[in-house]
Amino acid sequence: MSLVLENISRVAGTEQILHGLNLTVESGTLLTLLGPIRAGKTSLMRLMAGLDTPSTGRILQDSADVTRVDVRKRSVSMVYQQFINYPNFTVYKNIASPLVVAGQHDKKQRDKLVRDMAERLGLTPYLQRLPAELSGGQQQRCALARAMLKDSRLLLLDEPLVNLDYKLREDLRAEMKALFRGGDRIVVYATTEPQEALMLGGRVCVMREGRVLQEGLALDVYRAPLDLETARLISDPPMNFFPGMIEASLLRLDGGAELPRPAEFSDLPAGRYTFGLHSAHLTLRPGSGLCALPVLIDLAEINGSETLLHGQYGALPVLLQAEGVHNAAIGSSAMFHFDPDRLYAFGASGSLARAPRFHVLQPGEARHGTHSAT
Amino acid sequence: MARIRLHDIAHSYIPNPVKPADFALQQLDLTWDDGGAYALLGPSGSGKSTLLNILSGLVRPSHGRLLFDDVDVTDTDTRSRNIAQVFQFPVIYDTMTVYENLAFPLRNRGVGASATRKRVDQVAAILDLTGDLKNRASGLTADTKQRISMGRGLVRTDVAAILFDEPLTVIDPALKWQLRRKLKQIHHELEVTLIYVTHDQTEALTFADRVVVMDRGAVLQQGTPQELFENPQHVFVGHFIGSPGMNLMPCKMDGSAAMIGTQRVALPPERIAGSRAGEMTLGIRPEFVSLFDPGDAALLHVSVEEVEPLGGHQLIHARLDETRISIKAEPEIGVAPGVRLAVWLPQAHIKLYSDGRLVV
Repeated sequence: MSLVLENISRVAGTEQILHGLNLTVESGTLLTLLGPIRAGKTSLMRLMAGLDTPSTGRILQDSADVTRVDVRKRSVSMVYQQFINYPNFTVYKNIASPLVVAGQHDKKQRDKLVRDMAERLGLTPYLQRLPAELSGGQQQRCALARAMLKDSRLLLLDEPLVNLDYKLREDLRAEMKALFRGGDRIVVYATTEPQEALMLGGRVCVMREGRVLQEGLALDVYRAPLDLETARLISDPPMNFFPGMIEASLLRLDGGAELPRPAEFSDLPAGRYTFGLHSAHLTLRPGSGLCALPVLIDLAEINGSETLLHGQYGALPVLLQAEGVHNAAIGSSAMFHFDPDRLYAFGASGSLARAPRFHVLQPGEARHGTHSAT
Repeated sequence: MARIRLHDIAHSYIPNPVKPADFALQQLDLTWDDGGAYALLGPSGSGKSTLLNILSGLVRPSHGRLLFDDVDVTDTDTRSRNIAQVFQFPVIYDTMTVYENLAFPLRNRGVGASATRKRVDQVAAILDLTGDLKNRASGLTADTKQRISMGRGLVRTDVAAILFDEPLTVIDPALKWQLRRKLKQIHHELEVTLIYVTHDQTEALTFADRVVVMDRGAVLQQGTPQELFENPQHVFVGHFIGSPGMNLMPCKMDGSAAMIGTQRVALPPERIAGSRAGEMTLGIRPEFVSLFDPGDAALLHVSVEEVEPLGGHQLIHARLDETRISIKAEPEIGVAPGVRLAVWLPQAHIKLYSDGRLVV
């Protein structure tokens, strides 16, 4: 099935929620809708499902206009943020329910489908329990199992992991990726977290305030976001931005640093730019060819395996992501180092002027001496 | 402020408990220094709330004694323990101004007007509330309200400790780091004993000097963030701290090596000597598994099952005989499912566990 959205707008009351969206989703695609709250992700999903109708524009499924076709007549299943199951059915009956509704009366066949899906989602020990007797993660697995067994051509998931704690989220994310693989149904997954879009690895549609900023393969969008706003939204931790100048043979950051003009920027006209840099490309270790920024530390946020150092370079906030646990006192000074070849350049209008070149390495090959054999 | 001792504390909700399963909180003995920043970290059902309630006096422990500066407070009620608490959701009076809200705990205890003003001004300055002092508390944003709640917890100077119970739940994710910064600043400037309960590792590890990791009613390790990352004393700590957690692979000792399936991981003799016969678990964090051949070590052979690009790095999930291993690698390295890789496990980062506990 293909799904085409043509010039879709939606107005609710006096508020315009979606502004003239165009989007084509091919059969077998996993599409992530990525954006902050109020980007229009849920509104767009409700239109795709047929729960709402757009104010303008058309929705086509396999070239047939379904804009005003009711949700009950569409082939769609949905998983929500809240864990929604039939409270008085066991887990087994919950998972089996779409098969029963669809008229799958061969009990043996039905039993096999239910048990296989329960096994894939780690629910086998809980089949005879009621949803209320499960943890949040297990309840959401149950809802997911039911949605997977419904023979729908469109599966919509609206931030399904947002109410789970981080360990459950990690586990279920990995399982979902395997679950969605193969098949020709379209899976649309809404999230506020860039890491989820990247990890799921399909296409991403970056949204903000009811508009699509960019659509493409998730990694392509991450590596070459078309503008500052997209770069910010698809980077977690957020990308660092340094306003500055390109002059004859050098870059000058407004904070005072001067660095040689990267080879990739050789044909960019002189003038004002905003330079972007991923937090993982700043390091505490000096090295040859690296530039140094003096930074005042605001906070060391430790997530267990990485430390996110929040600091200020002049008046600019700057973020450095480092492996391992680093303690840095609030108000202390540090030097953040980076390779100028890692910089993005965005023009005065905010659109991408140049992305850094991405080199693919062989396993075991070092990137100019920055690895350490711990 | 006080030094807190949890002396052989355990708690059961049933009379005459015998076996471990009868206890909601397994026996523990912890000492927290005056002025320290501590976090209780664990998933739901880990017993951290029971422990918090024992500290505040809402639950009287069935076993053991609770001491504040060597004074036994086990049987004292919440009020006389002088504990301040900040909860998940803001607790403030909407009809009062921000100033009145902050002053309330002091006025209740008969603190004079000028001393009250001085302290409220100090706390308001730390929490960036100075400009809001004259405003009504109603109609403020969730994060401002929660800062007022924190201020009400901090304003008293005579408390033994301040307890925070998941205080950032209602805060916009983009603003959380700023409140984490505030909490750390508060700890430095006011030199108070802070105890912070959360299921979120970032919150616990960022805030606390020492973190108590709990699971199923038991304290598994108390340590600095670095100790929990580098030297987990229990497989649960290895799994729970870090994203993703530690690789935990079943292994058996054989002469000079740990065997994972048919593959050998050479270990120095003293570590072999200290290990146990039978099934053990070899732990190594994904960031320490190396794709670089140091030239003098036996390599393990794995086959890639899944690659997760995450922007700043990628996670490679691979099969090592009958077990799975995750490898954190630079994003530029080109690998795809089906590829065979040689990996090296640096000895310094290998941990060996028996029955879940660190052995060598």
